Amino acid sequence: MKFIDEYRSPALVSGLLLRIKKKAALLSRTITIMEVCGSHTTAIGRFGIRRLLPENIRLVSGPGCPVCVTSTQDIDQALWLASRPDTLFTSYGDLLRVPGSHGNSLEKIRATGAQVKTVHSALEALTLAQTHPDQKVVFMGIGFETTSPTVAAAVLKAEKLNLNNFSIFCSHKLMPPVMRLLLDEQELALDGFLCPGHVSTIIGTKVYEFITDSGRAAAVTGFEPVDILEGIYLILEELTNGISKVRLQYQRGVNSQGNPKARELLHEVFEPATVNWRGLGQIPDSGLTLRKEFSAFDAGCHFVIPEIESQTNSSCRCGEVLRGLIEPAACKMFGSTCTPNNPFGPCMVSNEGSCAAAFRYPAH
Amino acid sequence: MCISFPGRIIAFKEDDCLAVIEIGGTRREVSLDLLDEPVTLNDYLLCHAGFAIHKIDAEEAEKSLALLQEIIDNEIY
Ligand code: SF4
Repeated sequence: MKFIDEYRSPALVSGLLLRIKKKAALLSRTITIMEVCGSHTTAIGRFGIRRLLPENIRLVSGPGCPVCVTSTQDIDQALWLASRPDTLFTSYGDLLRVPGSHGNSLEKIRATGAQVKTVHSALEALTLAQTHPDQKVVFMGIGFETTSPTVAAAVLKAEKLNLNNFSIFCSHKLMPPVMRLLLDEQELALDGFLCPGHVSTIIGTKVYEFITDSGRAAAVTGFEPVDILEGIYLILEELTNGISKVRLQYQRGVNSQGNPKARELLHEVFEPATVNWRGLGQIPDSGLTLRKEFSAFDAGCHFVIPEIESQTNSSCRCGEVLRGLIEPAACKMFGSTCTPNNPFGPCMVSNEGSCAAAFRYPAH
Repeated sequence: MCISFPGRIIAFKEDDCLAVIEIGGTRREVSLDLLDEPVTLNDYLLCHAGFAIHKIDAEEAEKSLALLQEIIDNEIY
């Protein structure tokens, strides 16, 4: 497949590894690089990248899996919404298996009669609203800047069509605020970020200058082995030669100015809000909420959603996994009581979760 | 969740608001509402959750891949 296969070339991979080894030998210590995109986490596991790297390069996964960072309270409220008799609740497949406070999931309540449907896009949910005029179709939006413009476009379309049975339960999040937070995390001591390629397709590269301003490296990176290794090489280059600028490895997928039209739609429909992240708590202006002008499409205006006192299972260590503080295997449940077939926490549910990646692709 | 993938435009639909994309033998329809540059048949688009989000500059991509190959071959890195 074009734009995929070329970036899996064994010759380029081994050439890059050799360069990485040479550069890493110039470092006097172990360096820590974090990836904050679920697709990076999966690709790094799948292609066995950790095993290929010199010992003094440590790759840690951050809070880049949208399903994993969705708070238990959001899941509990989703369960409440999906249980309303006249609701047709829709979202992406992975989310349906995440357990709420009392072990229920959207998938489980569907088995007992709730109307819950997997969709691949907000547009699909919108089509359901058109074909089911007697039902209130709720779409639960999760994801970062790559995904939220697609939901904004769907809301604008719903407005044009005058749909009054379509609403968004918004759990969208923004990437830069959480990266800022992690940059200051002493225990993590990050040396650089592999910045998320497809988030950057929308937001561009300039937004990451706070990373280089703080003396750490940033490389906007794609998702194939050659991309990831080149991204790591660029970070090493910055760290050994002195931090100069945000590096753009993923040129075929990202313009430095991002996608202004997508951002325009995003800002037309949504505004920043302080939201709750699993494992990280409330982060100011790190999420999105629908603007007042679009409240007709806000699930919170169609339903009086109760504030639910949620309980996160204390033996699941997703919170620490999401902050890069522990490896999944450090959790006692990993691989025994918690597996992809029987997931205990969201990091094992989602394909992009760190625990699922570590289970499927063991590092040793 | 929903991953992003590069696909080639093989047709347009609904007054050019939708493109039919081919990726590895499968076909998908994507909305062009988030793109702000014109596209034509055989262009490659990055697609995500039912939308095209970026037009891939194929020529640029080939150039930078060739450059990477050259750098590695000549041990410039
Ligand atoms: S292994 Fe399971 S229980 Fe442990 S942190 Fe990961 S998802 Fe949570």
